[in-house]
Amino acid sequence: MAAIAETRAETSAIEPLRSASGELLKVSLRRSLRRQRLQALGLVLPLFLFIFFSFLLPIGDMLFRSVENQIVGEVLPGTVDALKDWNPDAQELPDEQTFAAIVADLKQAREDRTASRVGQRLNYEYSGMSSLFRSTARKVSRIDAPPYKQALIEMDKDWGDPATWKVIKRFSGDYTPGYFLSAVDATRTIEGDIRMVPENERVYLPLFWRTLVLSAFITIMTFLLGFPIAHLLATVPTRISNLLIIMVLLPFWTSLLVRTTSWIALLQKEGVINDFFVGIGLLSDDSRLTMIHNATGTVIAMTHILLPFMVLPLYSVMKTISPTYVRAAQSLGAKPAYAFWRIYFPQTVPGIGAGAILVFILAIGYYITPELVGGTSGTFISNRIAYNISSSLNWGLAAALGVILLGIVMALYILYDKIVGIDNMKLG
Amino acid sequence: MALPAYATTGQRVWHYSYLMACGAIFFFLIFPLVVIIPLSFNAVPYFTFTKEMLALDPAGYSLKWYEDFFTNPNWQGAVENSFIIAFFATILSTFFGTLAALGLSRPHMPARTVIMSILISPMIVPLIISAAGMFFFYSRVNLQGTHLGVILAHAALGTPFVVITVTATLVGFDNSLIRAAQNLGATPPTVFFKVIVPLILPGVISGALFAFITSFDEVVVVLFVGSFKQRTIPWQMFSGIREQISPTILAVATLMVLVSIILLVSLEMLRRRNERLRGIRAN
Repeated sequence: MAAIAETRAETSAIEPLRSASGELLKVSLRRSLRRQRLQALGLVLPLFLFIFFSFLLPIGDMLFRSVENQIVGEVLPGTVDALKDWNPDAQELPDEQTFAAIVADLKQAREDRTASRVGQRLNYEYSGMSSLFRSTARKVSRIDAPPYKQALIEMDKDWGDPATWKVIKRFSGDYTPGYFLSAVDATRTIEGDIRMVPENERVYLPLFWRTLVLSAFITIMTFLLGFPIAHLLATVPTRISNLLIIMVLLPFWTSLLVRTTSWIALLQKEGVINDFFVGIGLLSDDSRLTMIHNATGTVIAMTHILLPFMVLPLYSVMKTISPTYVRAAQSLGAKPAYAFWRIYFPQTVPGIGAGAILVFILAIGYYITPELVGGTSGTFISNRIAYNISSSLNWGLAAALGVILLGIVMALYILYDKIVGIDNMKLG
Repeated sequence: MALPAYATTGQRVWHYSYLMACGAIFFFLIFPLVVIIPLSFNAVPYFTFTKEMLALDPAGYSLKWYEDFFTNPNWQGAVENSFIIAFFATILSTFFGTLAALGLSRPHMPARTVIMSILISPMIVPLIISAAGMFFFYSRVNLQGTHLGVILAHAALGTPFVVITVTATLVGFDNSLIRAAQNLGATPPTVFFKVIVPLILPGVISGALFAFITSFDEVVVVLFVGSFKQRTIPWQMFSGIREQISPTILAVATLMVLVSIILLVSLEMLRRRNERLRGIRAN
């Protein structure tokens, strides 16, 4: 026995393992594993490239636009260059050369029709720049010869205000934090320090706060409504629960717009609910409830829309809770309420966490429902982003707001991953 | 959860009020969907039940909103666009998504979690951000306001669903079947088409249905990436609700609820077929 083991040990100590074709098994294995890895990557590559070009690059473009400011450098190159040597804190105007540069730049801008765009960009930081640039660009062709400084100041006295020049210099860089500052209701003063906009002029911080508060409220409402029916679905026999779950899945699969439309029909002043209350005499005709185009409408409609997202995770967790625990607790003397609170409820906490974070993440990013039923007091940050893109055309600000929203959602999503795990996401 | 025979009166009261509360919540879930069906037959252009309707008077009901839907060129163009865009977007998502799922399920896939997160990201990012980003970028490459742009955008939004459903199907896939087929002399294409495809087909079709309905119902991205020429049914409904509220929207909404019911039934039938094929029975 010992002799055989010795011989075997001898043989394997001398020669490494080889595959059938004679090469080292280690090498052959490594090559085969590498081929398998490349094959797997090759299958994934088409989708990865597709997502990269159709989705990731757009998000990257949004990030870029939230800080890019190349328009000032492109439209006013000579001016920006000339302003490099000017000291903005010295309280005196730039020299003649700078004025010559801006006259030349504005003449070119008038030809290229870019004068109003750069004026609008600077107007976001200092009010009045838009009209200044527009009117000056129109009239600048009249200035043919030096002294440019005097001629320009005569044309519009704002050119004689050091503040105008400070703004141009401050926002002449290719990248600017201006959009992000506006997105959090801060501005950079002419002197250069960052301060918050006065309270009554703030728009975005209250809007972020309102989005978060309403979403939290919606999450709590979906929990209060979703927990009882999830419990019912998990505890009745399967035939009945299969039928009842249709009542949860049908709203889930119905288009968002359809559900929002039906809520408009229900909540309007002349809508079904108000008509019902007036019909049974609970309300008089002129004291109908205003449940739409305000925060109430948003909360009710969104609770209805997001309820399935709370019920389904809760249901899947509750189905795994064995009923014997509660029965055991009751047999040991616990009252039903006590057994529920101390034994059943703690076991459902992972489901509550998953459902709550899911509902919260979905709620803060919602656009359609707040847009249609929110009026002015029930809109979310996403509605403001859309407004900045389509109405006020301040794409930089829209991009900055989008980046902030994306950051919040990403942070919450990482939290969701820690609690539930991405791989555990199932559908239906 | 039946009430045990020894339950006290207090417990009975609590139990029945709990059942009534659940009933009320189910009502809350279903009523909005059901209420628009009769409203879409309203003879007058209001969103409420008129006296004639409540008295079940036939004069209070009319099919004119359905007529409007089927004859109005705005709506018919929208229907055409919706189906064309959803069809091509579904084909793209299903193709790319299935390939990727096959790759992700391979045993030696490097960086699986990271790549999976990136491929699923269109589902995670709020739609408004995807829409805004796509608007900015597609404007640069002249894809904004074109059918191709909307199709690409919808395909990107639909692929995560295909990836998730097909990877879920592949989790229980028995790899020894492939080896057995190769053992019996099958070439790789034969293995793929005769062994792998029939078994993952339910998952692929579920994913394709998800992708189709995502594109069909999608409105935010179409609003930004598309223009009036790419109007889809949701686009038309959205502008209809914002501008002139005509009950044609309720007729369209009723038809969409029917589409959802058909979809739900198909998914359920697929799920049952999948279980039968695999021999799994959920409790």
